Amino acid sequence: MTATDSSHAPKHQIQLPLSKAWEISLKSIKIRFLRSLITASGILLGIAFFSFVRAVNLIPLHETGSAVVAEQSRHNFLAVMALLVCFVGIMNSMLMSVTERFKEIGTMKCLGALDKFIVTLFFIEAGLMGFFGSVLGWLMGWLIVVITQLLSGGAKELNGMFYKGSLLQAGESIVIGLAMTLVASIPTAVRAAQMPPAMALRSEV
Amino acid sequence: MSANEYVVRTKGLMKEFKLGDEVVKALNGVDLDIKRGEYLSIMGPSGSGKSTLFNAIGGLDRPDSGSVFINDTDMAQLDPRELAYLRCHTIGYIFQTFNLLPSMTALENVTLPTVFAGMTTDDGIERGIQVLTMVGLQHRLHHRPTQLSGGQQQRVAIARALANNPSIVLADEPTGNLDLKTGEEIIALLRELNKKEGVTIISATHDYKMVDVSDRVVWIRDGKIAKIEERADITLSVGGMQGTEEE
Ligand SMILES: Nc1ncnc2c1ncn2[C@@H]1O[C@H](COP(=O)(O)OP(=O)(O)OP(=O)(O)O)[C@@H](O)[C@H]1O
Ligand SMILES: [Mg+2]
Repeated sequence: MTATDSSHAPKHQIQLPLSKAWEISLKSIKIRFLRSLITASGILLGIAFFSFVRAVNLIPLHETGSAVVAEQSRHNFLAVMALLVCFVGIMNSMLMSVTERFKEIGTMKCLGALDKFIVTLFFIEAGLMGFFGSVLGWLMGWLIVVITQLLSGGAKELNGMFYKGSLLQAGESIVIGLAMTLVASIPTAVRAAQMPPAMALRSEV
Repeated sequence: MSANEYVVRTKGLMKEFKLGDEVVKALNGVDLDIKRGEYLSIMGPSGSGKSTLFNAIGGLDRPDSGSVFINDTDMAQLDPRELAYLRCHTIGYIFQTFNLLPSMTALENVTLPTVFAGMTTDDGIERGIQVLTMVGLQHRLHHRPTQLSGGQQQRVAIARALANNPSIVLADEPTGNLDLKTGEEIIALLRELNKKEGVTIISATHDYKMVDVSDRVVWIRDGKIAKIEERADITLSVGGMQGTEEE
C-alpha cells in the first residue's frame, strides 16, 4: 500500500514519451475513422482547389501583358478563398470532435493526464489529418491540371519548368495545409485541455 | 501522528450552482473525516449533493469555500501538476457510466494510468495484467469495451482505478447502471479489495445493497450531512432500511 504524499512528488512527474501520445492519437483516429475521413477530405478539397489554381498559373497563357496578370490575380483570389473556406471547415469539425469527446478528456484527466498531454493529442491528430489531406489534395489538384492539359493537346507546356514549379508548389501546399489545420485546431485543443474534469465528465453525448 | 488515521478530511465545504436566478446550494457546509482503510458509503436522495461531494474530494472541481485534505495535504494549495499527480497516484475513480476509453482494449485502458505515472511499457503491462486478474478478467485482456458486458466494463474500470496502487478509491454510483446480481458482484469485489488491499473506498450510492458492506454510512440531504451511522447501528436497522432514508 503506497500512501503517496503528493506535496513533494511532482519533480519526476510525467515525462510522457511522445510515442504514447502518437499511439493514443492513432487509435482515436481509427475508432472515429469516418469523422476523421470527413475532416481530412475537407482539407483535401481545399488544398486540391488551391493546388489546381497554382498549377494552372505555371502554364504559360497565350495572352500577353496585363491580361495575364489580371487572370493570375483572379486565380490567386480564388485560391485564398478556397483556403479560408477550408480553414473554417476544419475549425468546425475539430470543435465538433472535441465536444463528442469531453467525457474521454475528463476521464484521462482523472487518470493523471496533464493539460499539455491533451493538447498534444489534439495536435497530433490534427497534424496527421492535415498532412495526409494536404498531400492528397495537392496531388489531386495537380493531376487535374496535368490531365486537362494533356487532353487539350498541350503536352509541350508540361516541360521541365512546369515540373520544377510543381515540386515547389507541392511543398507550399503541404506547409500551408498543415499550418492551417494546426492553427484551426488551437481553439479546440485549448478548450478541451482547460475544462475542469467535473464539467467534462458531466457531459452526455 | 494523526496523519495516518484520516485519509480524507473536509472542512466546511460549500458549493453553489447558479441556474438563472435560482441558486442551488449543492454543498452547504460538509465536515467529514474519513478513516484510512474504511469502506464509506455516501447515501442520499437524488440531487442531495453526492456527486458534488465526490468531485470535491476527488479534486475534479473546486469548492467555493472550505477545504479538502488528502493525507493532510490541502488540495487547494496544489498547482495543476501536483493535482494531476494526486489524481494519478493517490486516488482511483470509478463512475456510474464506467468511462472506459472506447478506442482501447481492456488492458490498454488499465495500462493508461501507469503511462501517466511514468512506468515503462513492460512494467505497465505486467501491472495491468495483475490488476485485471485481481478483478477476474484475465481472459478478457484484449477485448474492447463494446465487446464486454456492463459488469465486465465496471470490473475493467475498477482495475484501472487500482493500477497505480491508490490509497483511495472514489466511486460515484458504481452499481447505478448494473442489474441487481451484477451490482452485488461489483459490491462484493469492492469490499474484497478494501479488505485485502486495505484501500479506502468512498462510494456515493443509491444502492441499499451497499449499506451491508459499509463500515460507515453518511446520509446527506440538501448539501448537508444528515447523519452518520456506524456499521453496528446499521445492521440493527436492516429491516427498516427504506425508512432510514425518510428520517
Ligand atoms: N454543473 C452543475 N450546474 C448546475 N447545477 C448543478 C451542477 N452540478 C450539480 N448541480 C446541482 O447541484 C445539486 C446536487 O447535485 P449532485 O449531482 O451532487 O446530486 P447527486 O446527489 O449526485 O444526485 P444523483 O443521485 O441524482 O446523482 C443538484 O440540485 C444539481 O441540480
Ligand atoms: Mg450523482
